[in-house]
Amino acid sequence: MSPLKIKKGSTSHSAYDLRPTFSDKEERHTLAVLVENEPGVLSRVIGLFAGRGYNIDSLTVAEVDHLGHRSRITIVTSGTPQIIVQIKAQLGRIVDVHKVNDLTVEGPSVERELALFKVQGTGEHRIEAIRLADIFRASVVDSTLESFVFEITGTSEKIDAFAELMQPLGLTEIARTGVAALARGSVA
Amino acid sequence: MTKTMTGAKMVVQALIDQGVDTVFGYPGGAVLPIYDEIFQQNSIKHVLVRHEQGAVHAAEGYARSTGKPGVALVTSGPGATNAVTGLTDALMDSIPIIVLTGQVPTFMIGSDAFQECDTVGITRPCTKHNWLVKETDKLSSVLHEAFHIATSGRPGPVVIDIPKDVQFATGKYTEARQVETHYNPQVKGDMEMITELAEAMETAKRPVFYTGGGVINSGPAASQLLRELVAETGFPITSTLMGLGCYPASGDNWLGMLGMHGLYEANMAMHDCDLMINIGARFDDRITGRLDAFSPGSTKAHIDIDASSINKVIKVDIPILGDVAHVLEDLLNVWKSRGRKTNKEAVQKWWGQINEWRKVDCLKFEQKGKVIKPQYALSRLQELTKNHDRYICTEVGQHQMWAAQYLDFEDPNRWMTSGGLGTMGYGFPASIGVQMGHPDALVINVAGEASWLMNMQELGTAMQYKLPVKQFILNNERLGMVRQWQELLHGERYSSSWSESLPDFVKLAEAFGAKGIICSDPDDLDDAIMEMLNHDGPVLFDCLVEKHENCFPMIPSGKPHNEMLLGENADTANAIKSDGAVMV
Ligand SMILES: Cc1ncc(C[n+]2csc(CCOP(=O)(O)OP(=O)(O)O)c2C)c(N)n1
Ligand SMILES: [Mg+2]
Repeated sequence: MSPLKIKKGSTSHSAYDLRPTFSDKEERHTLAVLVENEPGVLSRVIGLFAGRGYNIDSLTVAEVDHLGHRSRITIVTSGTPQIIVQIKAQLGRIVDVHKVNDLTVEGPSVERELALFKVQGTGEHRIEAIRLADIFRASVVDSTLESFVFEITGTSEKIDAFAELMQPLGLTEIARTGVAALARGSVA
Repeated sequence: MTKTMTGAKMVVQALIDQGVDTVFGYPGGAVLPIYDEIFQQNSIKHVLVRHEQGAVHAAEGYARSTGKPGVALVTSGPGATNAVTGLTDALMDSIPIIVLTGQVPTFMIGSDAFQECDTVGITRPCTKHNWLVKETDKLSSVLHEAFHIATSGRPGPVVIDIPKDVQFATGKYTEARQVETHYNPQVKGDMEMITELAEAMETAKRPVFYTGGGVINSGPAASQLLRELVAETGFPITSTLMGLGCYPASGDNWLGMLGMHGLYEANMAMHDCDLMINIGARFDDRITGRLDAFSPGSTKAHIDIDASSINKVIKVDIPILGDVAHVLEDLLNVWKSRGRKTNKEAVQKWWGQINEWRKVDCLKFEQKGKVIKPQYALSRLQELTKNHDRYICTEVGQHQMWAAQYLDFEDPNRWMTSGGLGTMGYGFPASIGVQMGHPDALVINVAGEASWLMNMQELGTAMQYKLPVKQFILNNERLGMVRQWQELLHGERYSSSWSESLPDFVKLAEAFGAKGIICSDPDDLDDAIMEMLNHDGPVLFDCLVEKHENCFPMIPSGKPHNEMLLGENADTANAIKSDGAVMV
C-alpha cells in the first residue's frame, strides 16, 4: 500500500475526556461538529443518532467556510454523562468529521436561535401581541390587517417563553432555526 | 507528468498501485468497463464467485489471513445489495475491505433506472466510510483514500460507488502520494496513562490480560510484543473469539478463550481478578454476561484505537487510546525501566487458584459408542493437522464454538470466524479468500450443515480456481445452536430447528466435480480425515455427529461469569431465567 500525505493541521488527538465521572442524571449538551461539506455528511450524523437511539433536541447545519469546504453542525442533545461521552466519541469516528466540541463543558458559550411567529387576530389581541413583541425585541417582518409575522432571536428559552405568551393571542404557526452556538472569548 | 486515462482504467491502476493482487467479484452491466480493463491486464487476478455475498466474505478471509486489505467488485442494484451482509460483517469485526460497486450513469441517478439502488444510502450504516464518485477526475484520489481509511485506525469496510459514465470518461490520474487526507487516527498512547497501568501491574495480586481482535488487527508486531509482555510479567492471559492466536495456545500462561462458551478458568479469572488489562477487545455482551456482576472487584485498563469503544459498556479506570503495538511497546519500556516489578508472591498464589479451576477440566468429554461426538471430531482434526501450515475458518453455530474450544492456534491471522455479526454462510467463501492468499497452505472450514448450505454455490468457485479448501461439516442435522437454546429456554420445543431434506453431501460434491467423504463411525474418523488431507482439491467432508450434543461450558444469558453451566450434568432446565431470556 502506498501512504497518503496527512494534511497539515489535522488533529489525531482525541478531544474526548476518556475519564469522565458518570452519574445517571440526564444532561443537555450543545455540540459543535465541524464537518467536511460532502454530500451525505448530515445523513451520517443523523443516521448515527437514529441508529444508536440518541436524542436530537435541535440541529442546525450550514456551510461556514466555503474555501475550506467546511460545514458546522450544531446539535443539542440530552443523555446521561456516559451517553454524552459516547455520542462525542461516535461523532468523532465519522471520517468526515474534523472536530467535535462540547460547548456545554468547554467553558462559557453563547447560544442563539431565530424564530418566525405567525399571529392572527384583531382588536385587543392584536394590540397586546405588538406590545409583547416589543418587550421581547421581536420585529414585525410581515403584516396584514388580521395577522403579523414576528421575527425573534434569542436563547431557546426566550423563544419558548414568547411562544407561550403568543399562544392565547392567536399564534398559528412557528418556524424555528434551531440553535447556533459559539464558545465565548478569543479562542476558536 | 499527469497521466490521463478512463475511469475504468484508473480503478485497475489504483488497485495495482496499492499492491492488490486479487479481486473477488461478479460482473454486471454497471461494471462492464472495469471488467474490460481487468481482461486486458495480468497484474491482478480476478476470482469469479457465485454470489456477491461470497465475494465480500472471500475478501474478508483474504484480508484477515494476509493482513492486507481485501477487494471485491460488484455491479449496481442487486450486486450491491447482495454485498450488504458481508459489509456489515466486516464492520462488526473491523476487517479492512474495499468494495467497488457499479452504479447507473450519473444522469440517470434518481430516476429508478434499471438496477439502480441508493448504494451509498444503503451502505452508509454498514461501512466505515463510503463515496459516490461523480467525476472521473476525483476517482483515483478517492480510490487511494479508500485504502488509507479502510486500513488505518480501527480498520473496516469501505464502499466506492462508481457510475458507469464515470468509468467510461477520461480524467487525470492522481498518484497515491499526491493525495492529501485529514484522517489520521491517534496511534501513540498517553504516557501518563501507560505509566499508571505499569504501576498497577507492579502491585496487582490477581492480574489477567483480556485480549481481543484488536491485537490481530494491529499487526504481527502487536502479537510479538504481547507475548513478550506475558512472558516477562508471568500474568495469565485469555482472549475473545476474535483474538485467538495472538498468544499461542501452547503457551504456559494461556487460559483459553473466555466468554459465553469460554473456558471455566478463563471466566473465573476474569470474575475474580483485581487487575483486568483489556488489550484490543471491546467488552462485548458475549464476554461480559450480566453487566452489574461483571468482574466486580477489579481495576480495569483498556487499550483501544477507537475512543467510542472505551467506556461504552464498562466503565474503565485506566483508558488508553492508541494502537495496540504502539501502546504495548511503550508499556513494556516503561515497566522495564521501572525495574520489571510484579507482586511475585501474590501472582504465584493467583496461579495456584487458577490451577485449581483448571482441574475442573471443563472441556472434557467422553467418546463412547458408535456415534461421533463433535468434540471428538475436532480433537482428531487438531491432532492430525497441528503440524501443517494451517488456516481455519468457521461458519456460525455450535461447531464454531467447538472449533474455538478444541482447535489450537499458535499464531495470529490463522483463525477466520464471524464474531460480531455471527453470519452463517461466512466460512466457505472466507476459506476461498484465505486459500487465494495462501495457495500452499492447508485451509479448513469447520462448518455446520445448515450454515454451509447458505453459500454452497461457492463450490463452483473452488473448483474453477482449483482451490483445495477442505469443508469439514459437523453434520448434526440440526440448527444446533438454535436447538440448544430451545432446549434450555423454550421447553424443548424444537420449532424449525431441524435440518430437513438435507442433500447427500457426497453426491453434491461430485456434482461439482469435487471430492465427497462421509464418515459416521468414530473408528473410521482418522482415516477419513487423512483421506481429506491427502486429496489435492476441494473436499466436502460430511461428518455425521451426535445430534443433540450441547455446547458447554456456557454462561447463560443474564448470568455472571461465575455461574457457568458445565458439561453433561448441568442443571439446564432452570438455567436461564425470564429476565435473561429476552437477551440473545
Ligand atoms: C444468516 C443467519 N441466519 C440465522 C442465524 C441464527 N443461527 C445461529 S446458529 C444457527 C444454527 C446453525 O446451524 P448449523 O450451521 O448446522 O450449525 P450447528 O449449530 O448445528 O453446529 C442459526 C440458525 C445466523 N447466525 N445467521
Ligand atoms: Mg448443524
